[in-house]
Amino acid sequence: MCGIVGLHLREPSLEPRLGELLTAMLGQVVERGPDSAGVAVYGDPRLSPPGRAVVSLLGVTPTEAEAALPGAVAVAADATTVVHGDTDLLTAIQAALPHATVIGSGIDMAVLKGTGNPVELADAFGLSTVTGWQGVGHTRMATESAVTPEGAHPFSVGPGQCLVHNGSFANHATIRRELRARGVEFDSENDSEVGARFIAHQLEQGAELEKALRLLCERFDGFYTLLVSTGDSFAVVRDAIACKPALVAETDAWVAMASEYRALDVLPGIEHARIFEPEPEEVYVWRR
Amino acid sequence: MATLIDLAETPVRDLNQALHEAPVASWRVLNPRGAHAVACGIRGNFTVDIEGHVGYYCAGMNQQATVTVHGNAGTGVAENMMSGTVRVRGNASQSAGATAHGGLLVIDGDASARCGISMKGVDIVVGGSVGHMSAFMGQAGRLVVCGDAGDALGDSLYEARIYVRGTVKSLGADCVEKEMSAEHLAELAELLKAAERDEDPADFRRYGSARQLYHFKVDNTTAY
Repeated sequence: MCGIVGLHLREPSLEPRLGELLTAMLGQVVERGPDSAGVAVYGDPRLSPPGRAVVSLLGVTPTEAEAALPGAVAVAADATTVVHGDTDLLTAIQAALPHATVIGSGIDMAVLKGTGNPVELADAFGLSTVTGWQGVGHTRMATESAVTPEGAHPFSVGPGQCLVHNGSFANHATIRRELRARGVEFDSENDSEVGARFIAHQLEQGAELEKALRLLCERFDGFYTLLVSTGDSFAVVRDAIACKPALVAETDAWVAMASEYRALDVLPGIEHARIFEPEPEEVYVWRR
Repeated sequence: MATLIDLAETPVRDLNQALHEAPVASWRVLNPRGAHAVACGIRGNFTVDIEGHVGYYCAGMNQQATVTVHGNAGTGVAENMMSGTVRVRGNASQSAGATAHGGLLVIDGDASARCGISMKGVDIVVGGSVGHMSAFMGQAGRLVVCGDAGDALGDSLYEARIYVRGTVKSLGADCVEKEMSAEHLAELAELLKAAERDEDPADFRRYGSARQLYHFKVDNTTAY
């Protein structure tokens, strides 16, 4: 199974409510993925202050991080430590904290992951008080690899990029080998990470997000509904069979995507939203 | 006067229990808010009006009752229905009417992928369009589509009859267009009437099984 929720706000007056709305949405897809969860939030001033580089980490405590990184500020969120600092923060972390796992980096985005009940995790993340312009969330029912914070979604492997996945890729081992041969490094044996690395690789080579997702459809076998976000975009794509559910709802104030309608029903103005199921192998992108 | 049940206050399990135990003439269900399994496994000559969008498997296994969803329905609405009528005023998600043996399922809007998958005798009338692989492995019953059909319509079809008014993106394996005789026009007119639709049966085309997949062909032995 696995549950996906995502919210891209168009109406700035809703930004103070991003975390509250995302928490409510996540709470509706717990049964789809009760073993772990993760979220990515864009634009929260506490986690990602303007002008600061932000790196989300597993395997280090905030105290350790601040001691190893002069001038950096670390915030704890369950298993995750979110650090913000100068523009060269990621390089500094790789040098000073080589044992830490980077689960997200960018200038505007924090990634929070953990294992356990998604509602309890949202509470541990302090998600309901988070603000910002975009957020994605995932509840995981593990099929391909172990239940660990590293294996939870979102997979964020490029600057400001996130991928959440419902489904399973069949040919991920082949594509992982090909990407490794091109110098791409992997953190896990997880199939969804391969999708995220593939997209990040295409974007790095200069592809637009639409093109990267179309290439993913051509190259990947298996079942997938994907929600992909970047520093300015929110995108949805499904495989040709489209058996993994997806619903999009859109109003003048927001665009939202979820695995099930009940997660959209919590949003303000849902009664007037345009609601539709994304067509198979069609790439949908909304930009800020 | 309908018996009112508000799902904002009453759990779905209690609603279904009430529908199973004391089937009064009419029920009205408020605030479904995408809940799964609303009005599942009910049996009896009564009506249930659901005021809003429902989640998965609404009115699944229905026998005799008339269930109306005044909104959209999630995956598998009226799956395995035996008899009665289920009507969705909005759109339905994938696998609407899956494996249903009898009764009438009407979807006023669109139905997405695999509408009528493995249908076993149900009649389905869709006012809008259907997604890919609709009537996949359909064994009996009729599927009427007033709009368009997606890819691979009627793939691996056994004996269900399919009527489509608009375009068919592609036909699935062993599904072919068939002649529309007076008998078919008459049955289609009856189905449209039952669904309270005013389309002209003459505007539809009929599709069915070419019956080429029924028996294994010895020439294909080497293919496996």
